[in-house]
Amino acid sequence: MANGSGAQPYLRIRNVDKFFGGFQALKDVSLDVYPGEFVCFLGPSGCGKTTLLRAIAGLDFQDSGMIEQGGKDISALPPAKRDFGIVFQSYALFPNLTTAENIAYGLVNVGKDKAAIAARVAELVALVSLKGQERKYPAQLSGGQQQRVALARALAMSPGLLLLDEPLSALDARVRLHLRAELKQLQRRIGVTTIMVTHDQEEALAVADRIVVMNHGVIEQVGTPQEIYRAPATAFVADFVGHMNFLPGRIGEEGQVRVGAIALQADLAGTKAASGDQVMVCLRPEDVQVRGLQPRQSNVLQAEITELEFLGSFCRAELRLDVADNLELAADFSINAMRDLNLAIGMSISVALPPDRLRVFDAGTQAHG
Amino acid sequence: MADATVQSPSLQAQRLVRPVAGAEEWAQRLLILLLGTWLLVTVLVPLSVLFRKAAENAQGQFIGLANFAAYFRDPALVQSIYNTLTVALISTFITILLAFGFAYAITRSAIPFRSFFRSIALVPLLAPSLLPGLALVYLFGNQGILKSWLFGHSVYGPIGIVMGEVFFALPHAVMIIVTALSAADQRLYEAAESLRAKPSRIFWTVTLPGCRYGLVSATFVVFTLVFTDFGVPKVIGGQYNVLATDVYRQVIGQFNFQMGAVVGLLLLAPAILSFAVDRLVQRKQVALLSARAVPYQVTRRPRIDAACLILCVLVSIFVLSILGMAVFGSLIKFWPYNLSLTLSKYNLGALGTVGWGALWNSLIMASLVALVGTIIVFCGAYLVEKTKTWPWARSAVHFGAMIPLAVPGLVLGLAYIFFFNAPGNPLNVIYGTMAILVVNTVGHFYTVCHLTAVTALKQVDNEFEAVSASLKVPFYKTFWRVTVPVCLPAILDIAAYYFINAMTTVSAVIFLYSSDTKLLSIAAINTDDAGNTAIACAMGTIIVMVSATARVVQLIASRKLHARTQAWRNR
Ligand SMILES: Nc1ncnc2c1ncn2[C@@H]1O[C@H](COP(=O)(O)OP(=O)(O)OP(=O)(O)O)[C@@H](O)[C@H]1O
Ligand SMILES: [Mg+2]
Repeated sequence: MANGSGAQPYLRIRNVDKFFGGFQALKDVSLDVYPGEFVCFLGPSGCGKTTLLRAIAGLDFQDSGMIEQGGKDISALPPAKRDFGIVFQSYALFPNLTTAENIAYGLVNVGKDKAAIAARVAELVALVSLKGQERKYPAQLSGGQQQRVALARALAMSPGLLLLDEPLSALDARVRLHLRAELKQLQRRIGVTTIMVTHDQEEALAVADRIVVMNHGVIEQVGTPQEIYRAPATAFVADFVGHMNFLPGRIGEEGQVRVGAIALQADLAGTKAASGDQVMVCLRPEDVQVRGLQPRQSNVLQAEITELEFLGSFCRAELRLDVADNLELAADFSINAMRDLNLAIGMSISVALPPDRLRVFDAGTQAHG
Repeated sequence: MADATVQSPSLQAQRLVRPVAGAEEWAQRLLILLLGTWLLVTVLVPLSVLFRKAAENAQGQFIGLANFAAYFRDPALVQSIYNTLTVALISTFITILLAFGFAYAITRSAIPFRSFFRSIALVPLLAPSLLPGLALVYLFGNQGILKSWLFGHSVYGPIGIVMGEVFFALPHAVMIIVTALSAADQRLYEAAESLRAKPSRIFWTVTLPGCRYGLVSATFVVFTLVFTDFGVPKVIGGQYNVLATDVYRQVIGQFNFQMGAVVGLLLLAPAILSFAVDRLVQRKQVALLSARAVPYQVTRRPRIDAACLILCVLVSIFVLSILGMAVFGSLIKFWPYNLSLTLSKYNLGALGTVGWGALWNSLIMASLVALVGTIIVFCGAYLVEKTKTWPWARSAVHFGAMIPLAVPGLVLGLAYIFFFNAPGNPLNVIYGTMAILVVNTVGHFYTVCHLTAVTALKQVDNEFEAVSASLKVPFYKTFWRVTVPVCLPAILDIAAYYFINAMTTVSAVIFLYSSDTKLLSIAAINTDDAGNTAIACAMGTIIVMVSATARVVQLIASRKLHARTQAWRNR
C-alpha cells in the first residue's frame, strides 16, 4: 500500500468547488490519492460524496479547481477522454444484453478480435466468480451477481481508476458483508486505484486504506481507518465514525477539563480552546475502564449502572455519573468483565476515563448532538 | 500526516473550469440544433407567418387589426362564434358526463367485461371525424331510419354536430379520466369508511376531488377538440356555421386568406388557454399519488354496479351503432329504396384515378409519417432527455415540442399555405407534394408522441450514457444497442399512433393536398360533398379497417416482442 512517503499521487485534486445554483456542494476540496490505494469517501447523505466522484469522472464538472490523474490535468476533459471504470448504485447494467455481452461492451468497441474478447471476458468472469452466469440477462441474476457484473464491466478495459458509488447499498446486509470483503480482496489482487463512496462508516472502516470523511461539502479528515477511529480530527468525525460519548465541559487550569463538579486530566494539544472556554470531551464507550483500576489513577469516577444491553461479545452499559446529575455515559464492558465483577443494573461502580483516550473539541461542532 | 488534505493557498487564483466539448458532444449539439430547426420550420415559423397574415391586406400591406374589425362587423361571421361556443359547450358537457360515468364504471365498479367496454370506447380513435357525421345522416337524416326520434328537428345543425362530436371526443375524455381514477389511493377510502362517511359523501369528498385534475384536463381537451373540429360540422352541420367551416369557406371557397387567418387565430384561442391550464394541472397531478399509495380495491355494490353496467351498455351501443351505421350505409345498394346489400361502393376504381389512388396515397402518407415521425420524435426525445449538453437548448426544444398540442389542424394547415406557398421561400418546392403532407402531419401530432417517448426514456437508467462513456463507447452506439431495444414497445406505440392519425386526419391536410396527393379521408369529404354519402361511408370504413389493422399489428408485435424479450424484461 503506497501511502504518502515518496510515491507520487496518482490523483491530485486541488481546490475544487461545485455549485448547484446558489448551493455550494463542494467547498475548496483538495485531496491526493496514491497508486493502488483503496480510498473511501464517507459522510452523511447530501454531503457531496457523489458530486466529488462525478467530478473525478467528468460526469458533472466542477466549477473551479483542478483534477490531475497520472500527471495529466483532466479538469476539463469529457468522461470519454478520461481513464476510469465506474459502478453505480443502480449498476446500470444493460438489460437487453447478457452477462458476457455486458462485460464485453467496451471491448467490442475498441476492435479487439473475437478470441481476445472471449478470453478477456472469461478472465473477468472468473475474477468476479460468475462462472456459469455468462448467458443470463441481468434480470435473471441476484442483486449480488448483478453487482459483480457491473464490477467486471468496469474493470474490463483495465482502467487506471475504479470509481464505485455506493456499490453495496442495494444489497441486503449479509450479502453486503460478504461482497465487501470480496471487493477488498479483488482490489488488492489487481492493484487498481479505487475510490468508493459510502455513507456506511462500518463499510469504510472495513475496506478502506484511507478514509476521506466529508461533511457539508468539505473534507473533515483524511486518514487510515485507525487514525479516523482513534484520533478523529473534529467532533463531527468523532461522532460520525463509531460510537462516542460527548460530555460538555469547560477548560480549567493546566491540562484539566471541568465536567460538572469534577476535573478531568486530558490531552489538550488538539484544541485551541483557552481557559474558561466551553468544550466537548469525547470518549469511546469501549475505552471506559472498569477493571484493574490503580489506587492513584486519574479520572476515576463513581457511577451507577442504569441500563445494560447485551450485544453478543460485549455489553453496552448506560452509566449515570455521580459527580453531576443527568450526565450519562455509555460504556462497553466485555463479557469477562461482566462476569468477574458481577455487574448488574443498579450497581454502583468505579470507572476510569483514561486521559490518553479523551479527546477535547470546541463545543457545538458535533454532527448530530 | 503528510498525506492529508493539502491546505488551499487562498491567494491562488480561482481556476474556473471550462469543460472541453469532445466530438461526441458536438455531434449532440448539432443534432439538437437540427431538431430545433425542424420544429421551427415545421411549426413555429409557419404559425408566426399566420399571425402576420391576419394583420395584412390582400396586397401584403400591414393594416393592424383592420381584418379583425372587418370580421366583427360581419354578423354572419360573428354568429359562427356563438354557434361554435354553443355546440362546444354542450358537447363538452355531455361528453364529460358520459366519459366520467364510463370511466368510473370501468375503474371502480365490479361489472364484467370492463376491458372490453374500455376498448369499445376507444374505437372512435380509429375513424376520421367525418364518419360519425355520415352515420348520423343515415340514422337521423331526411331519410334516416330513426328520424322520428328527433320530433321534427333536423339533424343537420347543432343536434347532429353535438352527437357526432360526442362520439369523436369520447375516447380522449375516457382515457384521461380513467388514468385519473386509476390513481386512487385505497387508504383514503378506508379512512373515509372508518369515519363512517356515507357512500355519497365519500364520492363527493374523496372520489371527485381525487380526479378533479383529470376532469379539468379532460374538459379542456374535449372543448378544444370540439371547438376546432372540422369533419363533423362539415358533414352534418348544414347551414349551421362554425369557425372551422368558416375558415375552410373563406380560404377554399372565397380565397380570402386574410380572413381565414383571422378565423384561424380565433380557433387558436381556446387551445392556447387549455394548453396553459393543462400544463398547470398536469404539474400538480404528478405529486398527487405518493409512491406508497395502495391501489384501489373494487368492491361489489349491486345498485351502483347495475347503473354502471347500464351506462356502459348504452354508451357502447351509441358508439357501435354509429360505427355500424356507417358500415351498413356503405353496404346498401340504394338508400332507402333498395336495401339489398352490395360491395359495389367499395369499388373505388369506379371513381377514376382518385379512388384507389387516394387509398394508396393515404397508405404511403401514413407509412412515411409513421417512419419519419417516429425516428424524429424518438431521437429528439433522446436528445432532450438523455444528453447533458446545452441545457437551455434542450429545454427550448422540449418546449417547442409541446406547442403542436395547442395548434388545431386547420390552423396548422393554413399556416403551411402561407409559409410554404410564399414565392420567396426555397422550401416551396415541397408545396403540393407528398412531402408537405408528411411534414405537416408529423408536426401536427408531434406532442403526444414526444411525451410518450420522454416517458419511456425516463424509465431507462440515467447512467447508461455515463457507463458507455467510461467504456469509451460513443453515445450513438449505446443508443442503438441498448436504448432503442429497451424502448421498442413505446416506439411501436408511437409509430401506430402516427399511422392511425395520418390515416384519419382531415383538418390540416385539406389545405395542402394536390390532385396527385389526395388522401382517402379527403376523398371521402369530397365524395360526400358531391352527394354520394354511401361511397363516402365506404371510404370511411376502409380507413377504420386500415387503422384497426395497424393497431392490431402493433399489439401483436408488442406481444411477440414481449415474449421474445421476456428473459430480460421480466423480473
Ligand atoms: N443536480 C443537482 N442539482 C441541485 N442540487 C444537487 C444536484 N446534485 C446534488 N445536489 C445537491 O448537492 C449536495 C450533494 O449531493 P451528493 O449527491 O454529492 O450527496 P451524497 O454525499 O452523494 O449523498 P448521498 O449519500 O445521499 O448519495 C446535496 O445537498 C444535493 O441536494
Ligand atoms: Mg450519493
